[in-house]
Amino acid sequence: MSNQADELRDLPFPRSAPMEPPVEWAELREKCPFAAVRLPSGDRARMLTRYEDVRKVLTDPRFSRDLARPDAARLTTAGDQGFMNARRPGVDITDGPGHTRWRRLVGRTFTMKRVEGLRPRIGAMVDELLDAMTAHQGRPVDLVPNLALPLPVGVICELLGVPASDQGRFTEWANQMLSLTRYDADEVAAGRAEFAAYMTGLIAAKRAEPGDDLLSELISVTDAEDGRLSEAELLATSMSLLAAGHETTASMIGKMAAILLSHRERYETLLADPSLVPAAVEEVIRFDAMSEFGLPRYATETVEVGESVVEKGTTVLLSLQAANRDQSVFASPETWDAHRGDNHHLGFSAGAHFCMGSPLARVELQEVLAGLLRRLPTLRLAVPAEQLRRREGLLVGGYESVPVTW
Amino acid sequence: MRVITEEDKCCGSGLCVIAAPELFDQRDSDGVVVVLDETPGADRHDAVRKAVAACPAAAIRLARQ
Repeated sequence: MSNQADELRDLPFPRSAPMEPPVEWAELREKCPFAAVRLPSGDRARMLTRYEDVRKVLTDPRFSRDLARPDAARLTTAGDQGFMNARRPGVDITDGPGHTRWRRLVGRTFTMKRVEGLRPRIGAMVDELLDAMTAHQGRPVDLVPNLALPLPVGVICELLGVPASDQGRFTEWANQMLSLTRYDADEVAAGRAEFAAYMTGLIAAKRAEPGDDLLSELISVTDAEDGRLSEAELLATSMSLLAAGHETTASMIGKMAAILLSHRERYETLLADPSLVPAAVEEVIRFDAMSEFGLPRYATETVEVGESVVEKGTTVLLSLQAANRDQSVFASPETWDAHRGDNHHLGFSAGAHFCMGSPLARVELQEVLAGLLRRLPTLRLAVPAEQLRRREGLLVGGYESVPVTW
Repeated sequence: MRVITEEDKCCGSGLCVIAAPELFDQRDSDGVVVVLDETPGADRHDAVRKAVAACPAAAIRLARQ
């Protein structure tokens, strides 16, 4: 056991095929639940792969999400400039009371009621994209630029009040923000500065001429100067919402299509019974195995987790996706099953930092899937699933392209 | 049986509303859980248990009176 735990493993793990989980996940869950790993930055961390351990850390406030600390592992090749390691002066929304204050402020936008209110509009946007895709293109068609990316970008832009004409500019900024190895520290810092300058300009414009949108709402909160949201926090919040708000959902739409169409009987099950769409979306999120290492946390105290003792100052990586394949929680975890009951997967995390945009992501994924089933019952992958190209070097994985035909 | 929620822990996921819409709602102002029926009848205990299991922040529990 101790030998196993001390053996240093390099991340990311190799894969036999883009969609397949690394063999290391099962091995670590079984024999080495507190594995020593080396990140692309060269820094060391520990990786947790068991469902109960991962959930325990996510719901324990002694584990901090703030990795802008001198002794926290740096995740990416951008080092101190990288995602979660970069310092954000004047921004106190990462942990503790500051985080709760921030959640309560932004939380109103993502209640079930508010998000269900957006469903008809999201459904209409899916239809428009499918109209364009089926009317004007030859085949095969790449789902990524035609559906997977423009839907979530369009939704988050409408919600925030970002002009549609600027939509093309965020993808590169979001990629830089969420780079694993693709960009170095200077490029990531420069990208962030450009993104911040754009957003600062937009905030100024909205301040002069408010609209009926989230950004205007947040600006009015900041301008109340009552301690709820500082100017720096307003900027950080709008950048995070814009980047995280589309990057993760966009990649998940591509992955969903690949999961369902690579084994077409899955798609056929849903064609026969479209009422399974919400359960199918949850199962897609549970089943997705394309993330490299999940979510990081920093131990602010020494804490026992399962069989292991996590020493104060340790950076732990929580492999949500390895946890989602834990057979002590999910029967036949390697089987994709739309009829799986009580699917309490960790795809949206757990605890205080549970994905705030998850209700919106769910509705987008459900509407995309329902739209595809309704409009394109003969949909299939245009290339063998093993030939789908992964996006490399980014924290949010997924596919460069998902060519389909019908 | 009584439904107990801890506001401080609530992460506003809305999963309780999906699990048991007749028993849970969210406050419009911040998304925090609202219990619609704190002492549900026996016929609703299963629904509460589903919501307890679904809550990603373990903010809901079911206590004897």
